[in-house]
Amino acid sequence: MASLLDRKKTAAQVVALARSDEKIAASALLKGIFTDFTELHGDQEGADDSAIIGGLAYLAEQPVTVIATNKGQTTEEKMQTHFGCPEPAGYRKALRLAKQAAKFNRPVICLVNTAGAYPGKSAEENGQGEAIARNLLELSTLPTPIISIIYGEGGSGGALALACGDRIWMLENSTYSVLSPEGFAAILWKDSSRAAEAAEVLQLTPEKLLQQKVIEGIIPESHSQRRLCRAIRKVIIAEMEQLQRLKPAELLEQRHLRFRKF
Amino acid sequence: MQLFDELKTLGQKHIKADKKASQKVPSGLWQACPKCHQSFYYKDLGQYKTCPNCHYGFRITARERLGWLTDHFEEMDSDLATTDPLNFPNYGKKLEKARHLTKLNDSVLTGKALINEQPVMLGIMDPYFIMGSLGTITGEKLTRLFEKALKEKLPVILCTASGGARMQEGIFSLMQMAKVSAAVKRHADAGLLYIAVLTDPTTGGVTASFAMQADITLAEPRALIGFAGKRVIEQTTFQRIPDDLQDAESVQHHGFVDQIVPREDLKEKLAWLLKFHQVKEVTHG
Ligand SMILES: [Zn+2]
Repeated sequence: MASLLDRKKTAAQVVALARSDEKIAASALLKGIFTDFTELHGDQEGADDSAIIGGLAYLAEQPVTVIATNKGQTTEEKMQTHFGCPEPAGYRKALRLAKQAAKFNRPVICLVNTAGAYPGKSAEENGQGEAIARNLLELSTLPTPIISIIYGEGGSGGALALACGDRIWMLENSTYSVLSPEGFAAILWKDSSRAAEAAEVLQLTPEKLLQQKVIEGIIPESHSQRRLCRAIRKVIIAEMEQLQRLKPAELLEQRHLRFRKF
Repeated sequence: MQLFDELKTLGQKHIKADKKASQKVPSGLWQACPKCHQSFYYKDLGQYKTCPNCHYGFRITARERLGWLTDHFEEMDSDLATTDPLNFPNYGKKLEKARHLTKLNDSVLTGKALINEQPVMLGIMDPYFIMGSLGTITGEKLTRLFEKALKEKLPVILCTASGGARMQEGIFSLMQMAKVSAAVKRHADAGLLYIAVLTDPTTGGVTASFAMQADITLAEPRALIGFAGKRVIEQTTFQRIPDDLQDAESVQHHGFVDQIVPREDLKEKLAWLLKFHQVKEVTHG
């Protein structure tokens, strides 16, 4: 955590870094943290959303299910994933895979970097609200450990739907908030140019969120992606070990209390 | 008709559905329907405040809905007050105004009710309390409602009305979505009934949590039901979206609303559903 204390960043700076093009991509995280990732597509209800990548992998020789939001890297991918904003099908795929994980008694690891659930006509028609609501409902009692890492933007309900489990860690340069600073400034002050100020008021930095017990910890970022992946890997393995020691009823009671306190 | 008892300015002829409609309870002799845009003499809207032309249910306070929905009501948790977790500028003043306007401590009224003599835990959100937004106290009252229902083995009826998360409470507002959802799940897992009644407007984080988690989802005619705001969708997608995209009727067409129930019929419909789900004592031979 040295880098956090060395030089204090403003909330607006953290927002900029969280959204930066330099931010590690989902594909690099999947490769860097896990072994033998193999992708599983589709929500089995008629669609496959590329803004959420799901699949199977090994972590420290243990089978896990991985669910990652994906902003894409090429222009085409970015358009396809709506810059990492999932459609209802993405949340339904995530839930399908999480339930499958529970069936086979393996932990679920969510890697989250999204400005939020996609706001579009088709998303509304396909039940964006219902899809997120179902994840919140079902994941609250899914009897297997769920660990989330917010690695860039954690935007509102669209992020919460993948961060409602047992442990949430954030990278040093990431944010988690009820809405974007621009949206917040526009709604409350009718002035989206006050986004920097809004970022402060929103208390969306990992430091603030740790103080408020919204998250369990902060992972320092380094310029080396390999070192970053190693750090994330270490956190996930340690959390998995702790959570797997609990009986299912204890795990679920802890998860319940984790959110009941707010 | 209590709202109109306070009517002082008889000179007012037309009250247009303006942008600030959400912040004040409409009063005046004439009311324009925000959906079909026809104007009506207030008495024509009747006891239920519905549009005689298109059946849209006008936004009403929780206490007004309570008046015709229940036969008996014991309120819960009316003493809870938000701690203003972000120390948000002017939030205190806003709350004070909302409390005065709605006679509520926060955006939902909760308690134990009788509907046609059947006991139920009832929550009614108030669109006039900071747009019915989901604050920490809203979430706490709803969570306690489901917890009490679980303890007493009672069904829950929840009338939703909300602009979504309470911006002034930041991340704590977001956490309420998970907190209430967990309470809904525990109630559901005990085999108990939850009926949601989606009223105008039900949007954002409320749609993305407890509004869409019921066993049976009813909606009032032409109520706005959606996740993202219309303006946000248009600005993000550069697409004009049809006016009725988020009308209850469209949402039903896409499969997310069980039945649209005009306000006049709501009490009887709920009573029927409660009776239908009544646990019968099974006698073993
Ligand atoms: Zn009308």
